[in-house]
Amino acid sequence: MMFSPTPRKLAALAIILVLLAVPFWAAASGSNYVVTFASRIVIYAMVCVSLQSIVGQAGLVSFGHSLYFGLGGYVVALASFHLGEGIPLLGWSGSNEALVVWPLAMAVCAFAALIFGALSLRTTGVYFIMITLAFAQMVFFIFVGLKFYGGTDGLPLNARNLFAGQRIVDPVTFYGICVACLGLVMLFCWRLSRSRFGLVLRGAAASERRTLSLGFPVYAYRLAACVMAGAMGGLAGALWANLNRFVSPDMLSWLRSGEFLVIIVLGGLSSPFGPIVGAAAVLIIESVLSGWTDRWEVIFGPFIVLVALFAPNGLWGLLRSRRS
Amino acid sequence: MTAMLELRGVTKSFAGLRANNNVSLTVDRHECHAVIGPNGAGKSTLVAQIAGELAPDEGRVLFETDDVTGWSVPRRARWGLARSFQMTELLKGMTAEDNVALAIQARRGHSFRFFRNALRDRSLREPARAALETIGLGDKADIRIEELSHGERRQVELAIALAAEPKLMLLDEPMAGLGSGEAARMIDILTALKGRMTILFVEHDMAAVFALADRISVLVAGAVICTGTPDMVRADAAVQAAYLGNDEDI
Ligand SMILES: Nc1ncnc2c1ncn2[C@@H]1O[C@H](COP(=O)(O)OP(=O)(O)OP(=O)(O)O)[C@@H](O)[C@H]1O
Ligand SMILES: [Mg+2]
Repeated sequence: MMFSPTPRKLAALAIILVLLAVPFWAAASGSNYVVTFASRIVIYAMVCVSLQSIVGQAGLVSFGHSLYFGLGGYVVALASFHLGEGIPLLGWSGSNEALVVWPLAMAVCAFAALIFGALSLRTTGVYFIMITLAFAQMVFFIFVGLKFYGGTDGLPLNARNLFAGQRIVDPVTFYGICVACLGLVMLFCWRLSRSRFGLVLRGAAASERRTLSLGFPVYAYRLAACVMAGAMGGLAGALWANLNRFVSPDMLSWLRSGEFLVIIVLGGLSSPFGPIVGAAAVLIIESVLSGWTDRWEVIFGPFIVLVALFAPNGLWGLLRSRRS
Repeated sequence: MTAMLELRGVTKSFAGLRANNNVSLTVDRHECHAVIGPNGAGKSTLVAQIAGELAPDEGRVLFETDDVTGWSVPRRARWGLARSFQMTELLKGMTAEDNVALAIQARRGHSFRFFRNALRDRSLREPARAALETIGLGDKADIRIEELSHGERRQVELAIALAAEPKLMLLDEPMAGLGSGEAARMIDILTALKGRMTILFVEHDMAAVFALADRISVLVAGAVICTGTPDMVRADAAVQAAYLGNDEDI
């Protein structure tokens, strides 16, 4: 099939090129700032793509996605902490190996999502929003209360995780790993959105009653979607912990869940590229505006309102999918 | 021969209002059975209990020999029950073909499949298009639901039920709100199914009921006052008095 350029395809290509160009830009600028900032955008994009797979596709507005972001981060930090202190955790000595602790972070988050999802999905609409928020707050306060792990002050990591035994010192290498993970997450979510599974989720979002009467146990499909989103959010959290070499309850805060929601709504719910655009827009605007004034939200707020008014399908939605 | 569907003493109350009162009826294999009755007689309530959306306060629902009273909606659908809704209940934002394709997908076992592109899966799309063509909507397959006329949406509802290749079709007022041409077309489609499908349908359109039904059950104030062939029902004095009365000519 010939490549027919549509605005969306061109934009997607441009995004991929920019992501690949960042290391060269960083080398040219001679500082680590650019690549670190780009890593933040990439990790934010990842957690937002995972959130979008339940909000945009399944129509389940979760206000508690920071739970998986923070929990994924804490799994990595705790594994490293216990290894460093020489105190076994439930008989496990801990680990610094990314290929062990990142999948572990995903598994722990998947399990948490199974439990919290199973309970939250018994409600709908506003109640679902409230209960997901409540669970995230619960985990937030658990980690605030765990003084052994630093409580509110958080927990630093001595070093980044090893990747297949290699140290990741160079920020560009770490950035590359983040981009690769984002690529995998996006590919997965994109395939998911057109798979049989994704169509059931979309059907249930459009009419739960119809989808049930076709024979789909909607609850089970939604729960599976929550588990996958939780696992991907946990991976993003593990990367975030590595980027900052630090975790704190702040990662679990409801403000962060809100920020994720703003990003996906701003970026657009219809494509996995939406959250990348949204994450880049929010983080860049935030850093530019906060350089000018402490009250940057005063400018950012009206900007969100304008997008909501004039681009109801988000920034990505401004691009037409077909040439007219 | 066991019936496809049997209701035994189904009773359902809403806050003191008896919407269904000790309803018993059977639908035999390949029978076309109509349920008629005035507004608020409890027809949709009965449909909801057959589909599994409402649990009866008393009584049992049987599909063939299975007591399905405790079964969920999806489980009954997987057994082979397909339905249309009195108020159209379709997947907005998707095309007519998408809507039917999801019904076909439901027939193909579970959908915990995460990778293959289902939008281009010919084993789903081709039968979906065929079902729309059967119904006379082949040229509207790629139109989104919200851009279809009311009558076309009713037809999509039927196409979804057909695509499921059900053992039992449950249609709540398939003619509701159709223009006369569309209604005639719907009667043609249902006539073509008659004798090959087991159908229970609720309908106010008496022309359709008497044209299609092998047997009719008359529901008044939640209770079945008469079940029989169209001729028997037409001649029944209680039905005359309670329902068919003066204004509705048959
Ligand atoms: N969920 C409910 N809660 C309370 N009352 C209800 C509910 N559903 C139906 N009813 C009442 O039960 C009675 C039967 O309603 P139902 O919808 O079954 O009637 P129907 O025969 O389908 O009427 P129509 O011909 O108007 O569709 C009505 O009086 C209705 O108001
Ligand atoms: Mg009704």
